[in-house]
Amino acid sequence: MRRRIPAIVLNAGLILIAVVTLAPVLWMISASFMAPGEAGTFPPRLVPAHPTLEHYLLLPERMHLIRYFINSAVIACFATLLSLFFNSMAGYAFAKFRFKGRDVLFRFLLSAMVIPAQVTMLPLFFMLKKMGLINTYLGVMIPSLASIFGIFLVRQFAQSIPDSLLEAARMDGASDFKIYRLVVLPLCKPILLTLALFTFMGTWNDFMWPLIVMTDNSNYTLPVALANLAGEHVQDTELMMAGSVVTVLPVVILFLAFQKHYVRGIMVGGVKE
Amino acid sequence: MTLRPRYRSGSPAVAYLFIAPALVAIGIFFVVPIVAAFMMSFTDFDIYALGSLTFVRFVALENYLRALDAPLFWQAIRNTFYFVLVGGPLSVAVSLGIALMVNSRLARFKSFFRTIYFLPVVTSLVAVAIVWRYVYHPRAGLLNYVLSFFGVSPVDWLGNPDMAMPAIILLAVWKNFGYNMLIFIAGLQNIQDDLYDAARIDGAGVWKQFLNVTVPMLAPTTVFIVVITVIGYFQLFAEPYVMTQGGPLNSTLSLVMLMYEQGFRWWSMGYAASIAFLLFLIILVFTAIQIFLRRRALV
Amino acid sequence: MRDDRVTIRFWAFGNEGENVQALIPEFERDNPGIHVMTQQIPWTAAHEKLLTGFAGDATPDVCQLGNTWIPEFAVLNALEPLGTYVTIAGESGLPDFFSGVVKMNVIDSTLYGIPWYVDTRVLYYRKDILGDAGFSRPPRTWAEMLRMCQVIKTRAKSRGILRYPIFLPTNEWVPVIILGVQAGGHFLKDGNTRGNFSGKEFTRAFSFLTSMYRDEYSPTGMSLITNLYNSFADGLICMYITGPWNIGEFRHRIPPALQDAWMTAPLPSLDDQIPGASLPLGTSLVIFRASKHKSEAWTFIRFLTARQQMVNFYRITGNLPPRQSAWTDSSLRANVYMRAFYDQLQRVDPLPLIPEWEQVVIRLQQYVELAATGTKTVDETLHEFDREVDRMLEKRRWIVEQHRAGP
Repeated sequence: MRRRIPAIVLNAGLILIAVVTLAPVLWMISASFMAPGEAGTFPPRLVPAHPTLEHYLLLPERMHLIRYFINSAVIACFATLLSLFFNSMAGYAFAKFRFKGRDVLFRFLLSAMVIPAQVTMLPLFFMLKKMGLINTYLGVMIPSLASIFGIFLVRQFAQSIPDSLLEAARMDGASDFKIYRLVVLPLCKPILLTLALFTFMGTWNDFMWPLIVMTDNSNYTLPVALANLAGEHVQDTELMMAGSVVTVLPVVILFLAFQKHYVRGIMVGGVKE
Repeated sequence: MTLRPRYRSGSPAVAYLFIAPALVAIGIFFVVPIVAAFMMSFTDFDIYALGSLTFVRFVALENYLRALDAPLFWQAIRNTFYFVLVGGPLSVAVSLGIALMVNSRLARFKSFFRTIYFLPVVTSLVAVAIVWRYVYHPRAGLLNYVLSFFGVSPVDWLGNPDMAMPAIILLAVWKNFGYNMLIFIAGLQNIQDDLYDAARIDGAGVWKQFLNVTVPMLAPTTVFIVVITVIGYFQLFAEPYVMTQGGPLNSTLSLVMLMYEQGFRWWSMGYAASIAFLLFLIILVFTAIQIFLRRRALV
Repeated sequence: MRDDRVTIRFWAFGNEGENVQALIPEFERDNPGIHVMTQQIPWTAAHEKLLTGFAGDATPDVCQLGNTWIPEFAVLNALEPLGTYVTIAGESGLPDFFSGVVKMNVIDSTLYGIPWYVDTRVLYYRKDILGDAGFSRPPRTWAEMLRMCQVIKTRAKSRGILRYPIFLPTNEWVPVIILGVQAGGHFLKDGNTRGNFSGKEFTRAFSFLTSMYRDEYSPTGMSLITNLYNSFADGLICMYITGPWNIGEFRHRIPPALQDAWMTAPLPSLDDQIPGASLPLGTSLVIFRASKHKSEAWTFIRFLTARQQMVNFYRITGNLPPRQSAWTDSSLRANVYMRAFYDQLQRVDPLPLIPEWEQVVIRLQQYVELAATGTKTVDETLHEFDREVDRMLEKRRWIVEQHRAGP
């Protein structure tokens, strides 16, 4: 029995940490089903007395939630597709091609990751205004089109593609682009999936930039709309919780479905530097 | 003379084609704005200038000097450093501790726990900040409720200037520990078991093993995590924006919040740009220090 | 579908944004060629949305603007002057509106906004506690106020009750500015290009205010008063300077037994003119110059600012009409608390109309917080504040000097 104590303590600790980690999320879900005002009572209620769907029904109706959901979805999907394209080509090139300045350029890009994105926001806003992209989907996507981290991820992965495969394809007379399309991309599927997840989640959750770029209510993404609602409806706790659930749910589902790939991406990005 | 097959690497011209889209995007939408922001920081572009460009002046370092002279700026620096220097190590320590626990041989259902611990990371910060605003409610909030069982009287987390930043730190740690935990786990798994076996044979207990095997072998990973965490934490914005708007009494006003307020709320863009670059400078110095320390430690 | 209709975009903030929508169907019925698209924006985001909207060429046709924001947008040349429209409508000079409120909309003799509702502040007080302390009416001067505070405080102390005679929140700039206005104004000097907060008038107001904190007539910090209404009902605070929206709130949140115990009154005065001056805060409706539908926008503004609509709006929101004629309506007359507001609106003094004003007062409020709890003297504090104000106004100074020297 003595030998079991450390194990029991450890696992109890893990369970406790899990409870603490999940508590706010669970409360958020629970409160979203509570009657108006119930979540603000003292002492705080943990479970709704009579669960109700009214807030979820109210969200699309009064809060135009569907529109914001669509905005977020469109932006996230297109940004993901475009960035996959941009980043995979660049990452492959950095990994498998030899050209002048390759390593210097790559190191320069890596060091640029130190720069906080907020520095660019003011001028970028004016630049987009000149281009007529303020208040447009494209305007919001632009900062996510090419990401240094994405290029890095693809490069790390692509380096492990056997050169012999590429040589063989070249000997068959395939053009570089064909090689990229038919050999490299399929081999890179795992990291591409990881990258897609990262980009999708990043753009879906992004807050500051869409806040600045979207001047029209109807173009807001979910996080921005949610922040807006929170500013107005401070008293409607339950409604806010329902809004939060809707904002959080898609990404959580994606994560749970594709955990392995997402986790791999972090490890690849983190361990080898 | 060896005949190097020309097809070993594609021609450089094609390489340039491949990297072009990404680099052009980064060039136009990242590098150019940075340069522009840099130039803007030397002007007094503000709301008057927005009305008419004749009202812009070149002011050299005045914005920077004004920032360095402004009590609000130093408040923001204090707040941001507080967040970084307390929240950073706390976050790393918590991640490491939990990683050790999850990675331990005694742990069961590892991937289940890992998933749960990672959940806060993927959630939208805005959604989460809203929930935590209620968790922190002095009377009806979960946290004070739980604390009351330990005899702690209600704390006004977001209304008390002394408690607001700790509240934000707690939120940040909760939100991010899963990310660093994963990287730590990867690092831990890379440490070969025979190292531990050797230590055990030498008579080292669990703690000694940790000190003599885990810590040194984990060093590169730890440095990496500390660096990216610190860089990220210096950019604190969304939490104060959603939860406290920089208050109470400017106790949660971060540098990026100050920049946003000055730039987008009051339209003092030249000034805001200078704040952004001062922040960049700070991050650069810190990162350099950390890398330097690491090189020293490895020698 | 009515494709031939002109659509005008209307930005409205906070509660008004929600409530104004009740009035729109009638407008659209009366004006079938115009469709109004309302966008609701919370106050916390309103200012930045307006500026990014302006910078991004995405401003609406009609907008609700806090009247302290009008100077900024006038400087940006963003607003359409409304003088001609008003004259054509036969209301040149807006005589039906309270003059103090109109003044807030006029910059360099140009009218930029039509007042939509006013938000002036008056004194809310506990009749019963004052009565118990021997005072049958609310204070008319600040000297009387001081005396009442002293008596109330002493009585409470002798009974072992914690009581603050008046609540002057340290997270609002309104109390200190009201006192400043009553002391004579003169917040700025040199053509509104330099701070004059260390001058005689404001120093007097500021010292008075900080003495209220030091003598413990008002609580400092916000943590003591977690719920204003409970505190008022409990007698923890007995007087509070606030606006018309609290009439409804007090009615709802103060227990029925105490509903007879509170009342409103115009502000006490620092000089011999009664009542003391208050502030013409509120919002106006403006048209953005970039609007492509200015005449339809004007039609909408005329509708919203007509006497009947102001009365309707009052009935929905409790917001005060800036038109004197609206106050003869029975719903306003029947409300006993409204009398104080009507009297107060006769004496509202305007604030300096410069773009930086909002920034200045927000910073001032932080200085009030510091002074209420801190160790610096009033003079030190105000001189430091003036230095900050001078810095904030530096650009304005430069522009004004340019124009003086220029062609």
